[in-house]
Amino acid sequence: MPVLQIENLQIAYPGANDPLVVADDIDIQINAGESMGLLGESGCGKTSIALGIMRLLPPQARLSGQIWLKGQNLLSLPDQEMQRIRGKQIAMIFEQPATCLNPLMTVGDQISEVFQFHASYSSKASKRETIELMGRLGIDAPEKRYRHYPHEFSGGMMQRIMIAMALALKPALLIADEPTTALDVTIKAQIVQELKDTLARMNTSLLLISHDLGIAAHLCDRVAVMYGGMIVELGSRRQILITPRHPYTRALLDAARGQEDQLIDQDVYRLSKGCRFYPQCPERQSVCQETTPAMQNGVRCFLAH
Amino acid sequence: MTATGKLGILNPLAIIFENHLARLGMVIIGIFILAALFAPWLAPHDPIAQNLGQRLQPPSWTYPLGTDDLGRCVLSRMIHATRISLRIGLLVVGITAISGSIIGLFSGYTGGITDELIMRATDVFLAFPGIVLALVVAGVLGPGLTNTMLALALIGWTGYARLVRGCVLSTREKTFVEATQVLGAGHVYIMFRHILPEVLGPVLVMATLGMGWTILSSAALSFLGLGAQPPVPEWGAMLSSGRPYLRTAWHLSTFPGLAIMVVVLAFNFLGDGLNDALNHKKKPADGN
Repeated sequence: MPVLQIENLQIAYPGANDPLVVADDIDIQINAGESMGLLGESGCGKTSIALGIMRLLPPQARLSGQIWLKGQNLLSLPDQEMQRIRGKQIAMIFEQPATCLNPLMTVGDQISEVFQFHASYSSKASKRETIELMGRLGIDAPEKRYRHYPHEFSGGMMQRIMIAMALALKPALLIADEPTTALDVTIKAQIVQELKDTLARMNTSLLLISHDLGIAAHLCDRVAVMYGGMIVELGSRRQILITPRHPYTRALLDAARGQEDQLIDQDVYRLSKGCRFYPQCPERQSVCQETTPAMQNGVRCFLAH
Repeated sequence: MTATGKLGILNPLAIIFENHLARLGMVIIGIFILAALFAPWLAPHDPIAQNLGQRLQPPSWTYPLGTDDLGRCVLSRMIHATRISLRIGLLVVGITAISGSIIGLFSGYTGGITDELIMRATDVFLAFPGIVLALVVAGVLGPGLTNTMLALALIGWTGYARLVRGCVLSTREKTFVEATQVLGAGHVYIMFRHILPEVLGPVLVMATLGMGWTILSSAALSFLGLGAQPPVPEWGAMLSSGRPYLRTAWHLSTFPGLAIMVVVLAFNFLGDGLNDALNHKKKPADGN
């Protein structure tokens, strides 16, 4: 049974005239221990999907479809059950580690929260676990650093702490939303390697959300490329990076090689028919404007079918 | 020069001590608290015992601030009155700050229709001038200190609710709130453990300024005869009862009036100092 299976997910916000569909027809399957990359430029709906899985989207968001976590449909769970799944079964790390920690609370107290929420540790036991965890991360004098505040840690160390917190309870799935974007290059490589080793050791699946093809190439077994709220191509890392079939994937790879960059025009979310990439596609044909291409053999493009 | 420069971090206490006005405020408040605590030992005479043979005496060695129309020692009455004013201040501010903060926290965090209803309710309260509303409430409930406190508490909570709600709205959107939810935290935990500490600074400033406002308002209600009833010594009531004698015995109204002014001013100085110290965006006052 796959760890995570998303079927026909749609996320929409009610608008003045038409609803704004930020993610449409999303099908993703992640098996145990597998790493999946969700690539695409800013605003393509990646983070909405992540927050949709966590059920932390704003209340006005409308979700349809199914999100199965180990055979349990997350979208039909009561809030209380969902709260028990967050942090224990699905963990998540964010782009800016510095903003993920409450500046008014000691780092130690915040790490120990994860033990208190789920493992029903006493405050003493969770403090001991926290100090042990901080020691494993290579933090000197963890008893002393327990009482330090977030601003007294470096960015790299904070992201290590966030990763360690996320994985402390051995979740089945880790969602990493741009985990290295805020870090400098040397630290980035180290942390990606550490993350990869830890995931492999614990057999935790990963959903990596990124626009950085480099770290996706390093971490992911399979890659899904998103544009305008739709997955346009899905395949193995090798296939996507070496033989991309969708014109958008090719454009994204070109952009990564330092060529021209383009931004999603927000109007694509209001297109009622046709390929989302049609307005900007270099290889568009008349059929692309009329009909939305279906996902076939891992690619959503008439030219590749 | 400033405490911020030395360590590079903000040390609120050090900033308050460097602010002369705030320090002055603290000293004055300290004196009044001591007077309230040790009133029976400090007061030279019984504040209630009448001595009609000694009525309307000017200040002298026996009666440092003179005597009133019933021959009672004005100084003794004023010292005992500090107990009433500070007690009203603390109780009313305590009740309004805590209840208002919790209402604001709930309102801002929940949002939606609940928020809308609570905020429109505060609008209704804020639409009336505070003291007029307090007059109406005290008038309906009848005169007395308890009813004065009730009236002031009833109109006081709205400010805290609005202030806290505003802070909560901005704090709720911070990433660490989301990150804590992702770890599996519940709403109540997030509200009280993560969001409440962020709003305590502004609430503390408002509560300090609120002490001055409450003391002034309760004195005003007593002055109008709705608060403390004779023979209870209270500044506002003393001020009022001295009024007919302004030309012949100026000390009856002057000293209670001064006491009210000085205490309210002291709380305002301290509140401003706290604001400088806790409001990180603003530079601390230069201390002059």
